[in-house]
Amino acid sequence: MATLEAAGVLRRFGGTGATAEGTKAPGRPRRKLGPGKQIPFGFAVGPGLLVAVWVLGSAAGAIDPETLPAPWTVLQTAGDLIADGRLQSNLLTSLHRAVIGLVLGVAIGVALALVAGLSRLGEAIIDGPVQIKRAIPTLALIPLFIVWFGIGEEMKIIVITLSVLVPVYINTHAYLRSVDSRYVELAETVRLSRTAFVRRIALPGALPGFFIGLRLAVTISWLALVVVEQVNATSGIGYLMTQARTYGQIDVIVVGLVIYGLLGLFGDVAVRAVERKALSWRQTLGD
Amino acid sequence: MATDTRGLNVVGARGLSRGFGDRTVLREIDLEIARGEFVALLGRSGSGKSTLLRALAELDDNVTGSGELHVPAERAVVFQDSRLLPWTRVLDNVILGLDGKDAAERGKAALAEVGLAGREQAWPRELSGGEQQRVALARSLVREPKLLLADEPFGALDALTRIRMHVLLQDLCAKHKPAVLLVTHDVDEAVVLADRVLVLDEGVISTDLRIEVPRPRRHSDPEFIRAREVLLNALGVDIEPGATAVLEKEKKAS
Repeated sequence: MATLEAAGVLRRFGGTGATAEGTKAPGRPRRKLGPGKQIPFGFAVGPGLLVAVWVLGSAAGAIDPETLPAPWTVLQTAGDLIADGRLQSNLLTSLHRAVIGLVLGVAIGVALALVAGLSRLGEAIIDGPVQIKRAIPTLALIPLFIVWFGIGEEMKIIVITLSVLVPVYINTHAYLRSVDSRYVELAETVRLSRTAFVRRIALPGALPGFFIGLRLAVTISWLALVVVEQVNATSGIGYLMTQARTYGQIDVIVVGLVIYGLLGLFGDVAVRAVERKALSWRQTLGD
Repeated sequence: MATDTRGLNVVGARGLSRGFGDRTVLREIDLEIARGEFVALLGRSGSGKSTLLRALAELDDNVTGSGELHVPAERAVVFQDSRLLPWTRVLDNVILGLDGKDAAERGKAALAEVGLAGREQAWPRELSGGEQQRVALARSLVREPKLLLADEPFGALDALTRIRMHVLLQDLCAKHKPAVLLVTHDVDEAVVLADRVLVLDEGVISTDLRIEVPRPRRHSDPEFIRAREVLLNALGVDIEPGATAVLEKEKKAS
């Protein structure tokens, strides 16, 4: 009995020793307030847990296949869709739309943020309409856009662009406005030109905000894509899913959902990797 | 315009007044700084030192004021904080706003002059406070200014680093010969560095003292001690005669 307790105590000590690694003082370990070291592939841990629950639930029979097909069923369906080429061609169409909309939306968002951030007149003209756009759901705009632009690619890309533009604008503009006025003063004393000021001070200062906006934008581009592809389309992942709904192919719907999820996750991982590189001058809580 | 065209003076200010709202900070100041002259500006907190420096730097758009002011276009400012762009590497900070092919070469030379050769590609946050301030000095001097305006540039540094910076600044000034206006609250710093010390009190220059102490200046020099006493008196710090022990500790006037 006594030996068992002693072993437990030892193990507990070993445990604290391992977590408070690097503290040499035998007394109270130094309290670390940061989040700690990076976990390798940390981004995959949460999604991995979700998948694990899905696998276990399906294997144990806790999840009704009529509600949510088992992961292996979904994988098989995905395999079939790849075999007959439908998945690739539709995915490519979707990617194409999302990327064009994303690129346009980010470019316009940054341009508007610069104009609004660097001139009072620009802000007076631009900020209001963007805030209004922000308040109107994308879904509510689609009927109007169909009347205006028809149901072709143009309408889809405009909807995605407009949805993407908002978070890029809001965050870039907010960070641009919060660039320390001391740097503006410095720019004046070294007589920077307007363009040099934008390039050397305004843009780098707004970059952290831009990346926040970009991360939101990548996800939002997929969201907008789902909406436009499910309302009216003859190709794309959303079309594949709408069709599957008509025929009650729930496994195809789940394949579509998984693909949207994966695109969102990897899009975010990619943006974060670029962000870490571009903001390597910073030393923050997250590093 | 009744201009000062003698050509010897880099700075000419006549009847210079500045204020914030109803509060007048500078009252009808006349100031001349000769070419290559090192002027230190002392004063208690709130006496208007920084306002005067900012007026000479023409960084006071939002301030009400009047008077006549001539400052050269070739001027550089060193702030109390080094004010390096954190997202820009050291060398690019130094040559910020310079163009031309030789800018990088000149920047490297300026960094070497302040003893930071080899740190061109470092990020500002990787440098110590003293090193950052040396980069700021390099950034100013690479522009070959006729007038160097320094607003308590060593105020945030520790005492040892500050002494080293004094030596460095003297060497650099001897070489580049800019006129300098150094705002400080450290009487010793003013006496060590300056050819002339001004004391600003309630918005007027109350004392204009030429420092005749031979260089290199030592704190033990009787001339040094005398100049310091005069300045401390002008700043309203009471020193009893012979109370040098107190005086030693009374380094800062404000």
